[in-house]
Amino acid sequence: MIKTDIAIIGAGPCGLFTVFEAGLLKLKCHLIDALPQAGGQLTEIYPKKPIYDIPGYPSILAGDLVTNLMEQIEPFKPTFTLGERAEKIERIEEKLFEITTTDGSIIHAPVIAIAGGLGSFEPRKPPLPNIEQFEKKGVDYMVKDPEKYRDKKILIAGGGDSALDWTIELANVASEVTLIHRRTSFRGALDSVDKVMDLAAVKKVNLITEAQAIGLVGNEKLEEVEVKSKTNGVFNQKVDYFIPLFGLSPKLGPIADWGLSIDRSAIEVDTKDYSTGVPGIYAIGDINTYEGKLKLILCGFHEGTIAMQSAFKYIYPDQKLSFKYTTVAGVNGFES
Amino acid sequence: MIEDNIIKVTVVDREGEEHNLEAPTDMNLNMMELCKASELPVEGTCGGMALCASCHMYVESGHALHEASEDEEDMLDQAFFVEDNSRLGCQIKLHNDLDGLKVRLAPVD
Repeated sequence: MIKTDIAIIGAGPCGLFTVFEAGLLKLKCHLIDALPQAGGQLTEIYPKKPIYDIPGYPSILAGDLVTNLMEQIEPFKPTFTLGERAEKIERIEEKLFEITTTDGSIIHAPVIAIAGGLGSFEPRKPPLPNIEQFEKKGVDYMVKDPEKYRDKKILIAGGGDSALDWTIELANVASEVTLIHRRTSFRGALDSVDKVMDLAAVKKVNLITEAQAIGLVGNEKLEEVEVKSKTNGVFNQKVDYFIPLFGLSPKLGPIADWGLSIDRSAIEVDTKDYSTGVPGIYAIGDINTYEGKLKLILCGFHEGTIAMQSAFKYIYPDQKLSFKYTTVAGVNGFES
Repeated sequence: MIEDNIIKVTVVDREGEEHNLEAPTDMNLNMMELCKASELPVEGTCGGMALCASCHMYVESGHALHEASEDEEDMLDQAFFVEDNSRLGCQIKLHNDLDGLKVRLAPVD
């Protein structure tokens, strides 16, 4: 079990900077993120894109901003639970929440700051009408243990690195590997593309380009995938497993179930301190909404700052908080 | 003749309902932004950088659009039910030649 002052859900730029502002007030932070690395969208979607509206930086790559934020908060020794999604929030005492993650990690904190962006990143599911019926019954959105596919017939769909890499890897494990992709060219690493082409040439991989999965057939479990190909029309491919690999997209997920007031996938907050309707829970950055809301990183920085001042007063109502500039007081971090 | 740089655009939503929109062409808007501004269910997660596929739509009128860039094609690889007329809305910049444009929103996951 992890005990902290502020549990921050979401390790994107806004969640990261909040560690700094909390740290100035001697509040310790623990961050939880569904992605295996910090940075949120910046790392996951556009690490190489320049951002032009971070004050003081005429231009900074999104990935570099995350690196800098990590350096900036280092003195405050934040701790992380990564690769796990915050699933459940429960108030166990008047001023103590218990957060449970998908993997069963437990975090206790008097204050929660939800910096969840657009939600947690999850595998993109093809919108086939009956796909959910076959989840865990032949449809996998990620490969966890390649051995599961030993001597099985599998069909992978997608054109990026993970589709190519798993096609190569599973070609040696499965009895039959088919890769379908909607174009003839792939966006993955050239080396991987070449390998897949080589495997296709020696018939270790059945490569079907300009094709898409359009339907799933089966009773108890998945039996066939209906494929529509430009050259061969519609046909059914017998499979044991269908593995669609189309990247990740953000989903609001369990945030919707935490008893907070939600308006169009965003949490309504009071702009006085970005508090939600639940005492002790704040929402900052892209996840919140209020009149005049702008989804900008710099606005999220501001929101986290104000929220932490309020959080301090919430945790320590009897303590005086005297505001200090970093230029005067410096940055006194925590001992590790 | 386009008056005041306003064009007419039709968006068919996922229920098949047609929305006739008037769109300014002098505000550097794209179709994703127009749909969002019109409260149509288009996510536009990445904000218009062709870095997600959440503004996938089909161009149903015969307008000759510019060819999709390699970036756009790469992102369409992550979309579903991609057809020959599939585009990312954020890459369709609104200009006067697109008067009468008709698009249909692609299914979402």
